[in-house]
Amino acid sequence: MSTNDNPKSREKAPAGQKAADWADGRVGLYNLAKSNLRKIFPDHWSFMLGEICLYSFIIIILTGVYLTLFFKPSMGEVVYHGSYVPLQGVRMSEAYESTLNISFDVRGGLLVRQIHHWAAIVFVAGMLVHMMRVFFTGAFRKPREINWTFGFLLLVMGMFDGFLGYSLPDDLLSGTGIRFMEGAVLSVPIVGTYLSFFLFGGQFPGFDVVPRFFTIHILLLPGIMLGLVVAHLILVVYHKHTQFPGPGKTNKNVVGMPLMPVYMAKAGGFFFVVFGVITLLSAIATVNPIWAYGPYRPDQVSTDAQPDWYMGFSEGLIRIMPGWEINFAGHTLVLGVFIPLIVFPLVLTAIAVYPFIESWVTGDKREHHLLDRPRNAPTRTGLGVAWISLYLILLVGGGNDLFATHFHLSINAITWVVRVSFFVLPPVAFIITKRICLGLQRRDREKVLHGRETGVIKRLPHGEFIEVHEPLPQGKVFELTAHDQPKPLEIGAEVDENGVVRKVKRTQKVRAKLSQAFYGEGSQIPKPTPQEHEEITSGHGHH
Amino acid sequence: MSSQDTPEENLPAEPPHGTDAEIAPSDALVPDPGLPPHLPRRQDIDERAAKRSERAVAGLFTLSMLATIGFIAGFVAIDVDKIIYVWPIGHISALNFTLGCTLGIALFAIGAGAVHWARTLMSDEEVVDERHPIEAPPEVRQRVIQDFRKGAGESQFGRRKLIRNTMFGALALVPLSGVVLLRDLGPLPGDKLRHTLWAKGKLLINQNTNEPMKPSDITVGSLTFAKPDGLEETAEDFQEQIAKAALMIVRLEPEDIKDKRELEWGHEGIVAFSKICTHVGCPISLYEQQTHHVLCPCHQSTFDLADGARVIFGPAGHALPQLRISVNSDGYLEALGDFTEPVGPSFWERG
Repeated sequence: MSTNDNPKSREKAPAGQKAADWADGRVGLYNLAKSNLRKIFPDHWSFMLGEICLYSFIIIILTGVYLTLFFKPSMGEVVYHGSYVPLQGVRMSEAYESTLNISFDVRGGLLVRQIHHWAAIVFVAGMLVHMMRVFFTGAFRKPREINWTFGFLLLVMGMFDGFLGYSLPDDLLSGTGIRFMEGAVLSVPIVGTYLSFFLFGGQFPGFDVVPRFFTIHILLLPGIMLGLVVAHLILVVYHKHTQFPGPGKTNKNVVGMPLMPVYMAKAGGFFFVVFGVITLLSAIATVNPIWAYGPYRPDQVSTDAQPDWYMGFSEGLIRIMPGWEINFAGHTLVLGVFIPLIVFPLVLTAIAVYPFIESWVTGDKREHHLLDRPRNAPTRTGLGVAWISLYLILLVGGGNDLFATHFHLSINAITWVVRVSFFVLPPVAFIITKRICLGLQRRDREKVLHGRETGVIKRLPHGEFIEVHEPLPQGKVFELTAHDQPKPLEIGAEVDENGVVRKVKRTQKVRAKLSQAFYGEGSQIPKPTPQEHEEITSGHGHH
Repeated sequence: MSSQDTPEENLPAEPPHGTDAEIAPSDALVPDPGLPPHLPRRQDIDERAAKRSERAVAGLFTLSMLATIGFIAGFVAIDVDKIIYVWPIGHISALNFTLGCTLGIALFAIGAGAVHWARTLMSDEEVVDERHPIEAPPEVRQRVIQDFRKGAGESQFGRRKLIRNTMFGALALVPLSGVVLLRDLGPLPGDKLRHTLWAKGKLLINQNTNEPMKPSDITVGSLTFAKPDGLEETAEDFQEQIAKAALMIVRLEPEDIKDKRELEWGHEGIVAFSKICTHVGCPISLYEQQTHHVLCPCHQSTFDLADGARVIFGPAGHALPQLRISVNSDGYLEALGDFTEPVGPSFWERG
């Protein structure tokens, strides 16, 4: 099998090796491969979430290029005479007509369109879940803060590129989405009307918005995103992957399988798995059936008008906001639309800046390559769950009409529940999550001190029944006690015993307060001390 | 801490993989025992199991080849407009279903084969690699900073302030050209958002019949959509105009109308309101006859058509504008002028 190992002359070398020699002389291939061919990748199921994002991004590019061969990004009006009978004789834009042609006349066109749309749905969902994985395990800590930011930008751009993409066919549903966008832009104080006229090339809808969106959708945003993806991956390779703590795994090593062959086969194979699953999904589940919606007309709309899921939380914001308007001095401040427009990026930014806030609060300058178990960072985990609860309740708000019709509830009641939950749910979610984390920490402590419950019941000579506890293996004890337990920062007394007042900056006070909240009493369960451990284990586990 | 703190039976004689226990975080309760010993898989010790895995992988790759052939055959053989019934999905395009399933299987089988190969036959022994600090060692840092200082000094950037300041000025100004270039993205708004096609004497044309309407055509409980006379679907600016001029007409019992001006601006209880929601511009299309409420299907703003179309629920900020209508000498419904306020979503200059 391994001809490479034979110290044979170069003439006998296999063709691949000759090609590699050739490339090495031009681009320094061997120096590049030296450290990377057997690069170690730790294995954990959650590490494939990022792969799903990367692969669906590639699938989107492949199918997107195909779609551009047939799609006409034009709002010029035509009368439809194609093969989809219900719409024959209907006036529509060339964009909508060409999308109908892709769906009904180009063989395989419908499949590629559906793969493109499904992959976009998976792409954004994958990014959000991947981001949560990174968040809850603390993988964003130094040295990975920049890569966190790149990933966040990819999420935001992915959302917007998705919105632009499903707006292109100029169907009734997506046109309604663009109209909503016009209303949102108009609400911007002072410049809103001008921005809207520049965006649409005049009054809504005009003739410019589809070709403009097209260029941004297929060139501008994907170009930036491709650059960010490459930078994201370069940093992943440079930093080496994080790993979960465990026996033999330290902050200074990386334990796992080599790139060649195992990771190549697994990750390369996984690309085909993702592509295959998305393709099968496109074969059996119709997504965005634009022919059923009809062409866009500003005076028509269908019920159940919903954006794609990733825009759902912004839809929730706009639906639950009370219609506040302030008229003064001949002007209107459209708070009912403008506040959601501002809160929308704030919701996203809240999660994006968290790593920087945490590193400021902790003052931690060390590199972290070992992941946290979420329970061991209760405050962070609580904040993350609070954010998710906010996101989810806004999704519910965005689908309030669907909840009303499917569950036979009053839409007004649902809207009010969402309005109240927007403020109440995140703190409640935070408190509950933190308590669960602390409970899990207590259980870990219990296990370390008293061992595993074996289920074996023993009767003692004097008649008492006890359950035998088995001490944990050393590796397990190590795993459960290896994590850091940071101490809260202290600023010390402001007045010393001689009555001299020490000047403490306000930011320092805030930082100490936050640090107390993160790591103070009630925010973590102390790990067992060696003394406690010895006392119990010397008595051999049962009590 | 030392190893005496832990029960002896839990301690291996020495770390099996020779991991340096000192690397472990100092406050773990016990020393790092190192990586657990590698356990062989069935395929590592039983060649027959390995053969079975090999056949499974090869079988998956073969399945992929067959599926690709099926894809091409389906592409050639199946008509693009053929519809078939597939339980439980329903009536779907035969071609899309065939192409999707064959391509999906062809791709998935490659992936499943590769992953199975990696999991059962390739070595699964974990390998340890060292990490190195991300930041450069101090001497490298020192060297780079020195190089930079040298380069900066040679440029005389810091010394010749005039050059520095004018360069910053030039670089700051030059993007302005790019901003100016964006000016022609669209015309200025002017008062375009304040006016619609409606004007005094314009007939109300029923959108369904394309005919003008008499009051007798409008029955209590019905909802009729209308456009201004002369606006044809074939017109170049139809979309732009209908986006502002779309109108909905309902007939209420005059005694049900609570708003005095609404009654005056209508005709025998027939009232006409802008169809464009004042929230973000969706066309309002859901009418509840009993309560005289209309609901926007996009964001559920609810307006009471019996009370000046004021907002009774949802995110809309103000009432729907009403169009003043009457009946002309031929007995047809006509507008008595344009809307007196801008229709659709609010904007800064609306006032």
